[in-house]
Amino acid sequence: MKKGFETAAEKMFLLSALLSVLVTLLILGFMVILGLPLMKGGHFFSLLTQGWSPRHDLYGIYPMMMGTLAIACLGVAFAFPLSLGCASLVSVLAKGRFAWFLRKAVQMMTGIPTVIYGFVGIFLLVPLIRELLMGGSGMCVLSASVMLAILISPTMILFFTDSFDRVPKSYTDAADALGGTGVQKLVYVILPCSRKGILTGLILAVGRAFGDTLIALMLAGNAIQIPGSFSDSARTLTAHIALVIAADYESLEFRSVFACGIVLYLFTTLTVLLLRASENR
Amino acid sequence: MKTKTVRNLIILCLILGLSTAGYAGNLDAFKSQKGSIKIAGGTAHIPVMKEAAKRIMKIYPDIQISIAGGGSGVGIKQVGEGLTDIGNSGRKATDEEVRKYGLKMFRWAVDGVGVIVHPENPVKALTKAQLRDIFSGKTDNWKLVSGADKAITVYTRDEASGTRKVFWKKALDKGDITQKANFVVSNGAMKSAVANNPYAIGYVSAGHIDESVSPVELDDIAPSLDNVKNGKYTVARGLYSNTKGDPAGLIKIFIDYLFTPEGQKIVQEKGFIPVK
Repeated sequence: MKKGFETAAEKMFLLSALLSVLVTLLILGFMVILGLPLMKGGHFFSLLTQGWSPRHDLYGIYPMMMGTLAIACLGVAFAFPLSLGCASLVSVLAKGRFAWFLRKAVQMMTGIPTVIYGFVGIFLLVPLIRELLMGGSGMCVLSASVMLAILISPTMILFFTDSFDRVPKSYTDAADALGGTGVQKLVYVILPCSRKGILTGLILAVGRAFGDTLIALMLAGNAIQIPGSFSDSARTLTAHIALVIAADYESLEFRSVFACGIVLYLFTTLTVLLLRASENR
Repeated sequence: MKTKTVRNLIILCLILGLSTAGYAGNLDAFKSQKGSIKIAGGTAHIPVMKEAAKRIMKIYPDIQISIAGGGSGVGIKQVGEGLTDIGNSGRKATDEEVRKYGLKMFRWAVDGVGVIVHPENPVKALTKAQLRDIFSGKTDNWKLVSGADKAITVYTRDEASGTRKVFWKKALDKGDITQKANFVVSNGAMKSAVANNPYAIGYVSAGHIDESVSPVELDDIAPSLDNVKNGKYTVARGLYSNTKGDPAGLIKIFIDYLFTPEGQKIVQEKGFIPVK
């Protein structure tokens, strides 16, 4: 009886695992099929290198690719050290009620909807950055990436603290017995032991940074240009999809949305593979 | 104290009740109607749609009216594909759109599209040539048009916007819009973006202009109701509600309501020009 239940449960889990893999592949297939007219006409690669100006029959997404790269990479660059530091403090260096309070605060932050971050960004961060940078709209790469960093940090911090907490107690006890300080324990024992957890957290954060739509749509200004500095307004691939989706289904504008989708998919896959590869090395 | 509040409340209710009763004639058509109306599209239309829906649903709670934005392009597309009952647009549907979807257009208001800047901006008038240079990115500092020594931030709307189409055609004479322009997705968002940025310039439906932003005269003509009405201010367009085929039932009653004296009064109260 029990055995039957075991196998049934196993099959169920296998099925759901297969299903989620299938959905991911189907999405890729769907985008490739709908983007096929673009590729057949040999347009696909020119789309990747051209600018966007429907009035001049240009439907390229190159500026948007650069926008996504700039905002996502900057966001992760801001968020990673911040998260690592915060996680170290929460799980190793801070003690008692303060650590408890910090941990609860971070947990709460993971549950705040993205649109709230976007809203706070518009009313607090954007005016601040506008005055700081002396001009411009304040809706720029910097605003979006700072807010994005705040958005993706809590998840990363939670992953980091979890992996720090999983370091066997005997290891940390050994460090204590040798007279190591808290910082030494962190740097020489805990961080090397939790490399894997740190990497998982980072991968998730990168995926979220590439895929986030709302922050960039609300804070980056959505200008169709290749951002040349922090203070330039830019448009991400995701925001571009959201802005163009209203166009006519038959139009080339709409078709190019699938190119955006494919590029976004490849971006994310590539970064995850790269990070995984660096783990094995 | 408490009884006084209650008494005041009762009086207030009576006044409200009486005032709605005075108008009820135009709403009679909705009597014993049930069901829902889905409206989407043009964002300039939203204040009028909301007020009309509020009045109708208050008296006839069996009628549900939902209002969404998206822009004129979205309105036409969604009504054409049957996703919504009424698709609003701030421009005439193109011949191709009318043919493809079998659209019926109802123009219930006239609206100007006005240039707006932050209230603290000293620049209150521009020539059309100056405006074109600002939007094309040729003029990129306010001091070139006798303003402060600050970079100009241009705001524009997305592809689906009817406001953008009309502005581009009639104010910019189909001139280029700079690639540096920031994009916002509704008339409301445009207003708050400009209201929050002292160095911004943008354009909205004239009905959306209030004290949070300051209108700019174009060739010495302000985008006021009077100037749009008498034809002096030319950057204007009709506000349309579109249906797929001839409207029927509740949808027809709703569109007819927009043309009643009460409906047209709402149009006027919200800052647009009635057509009757």
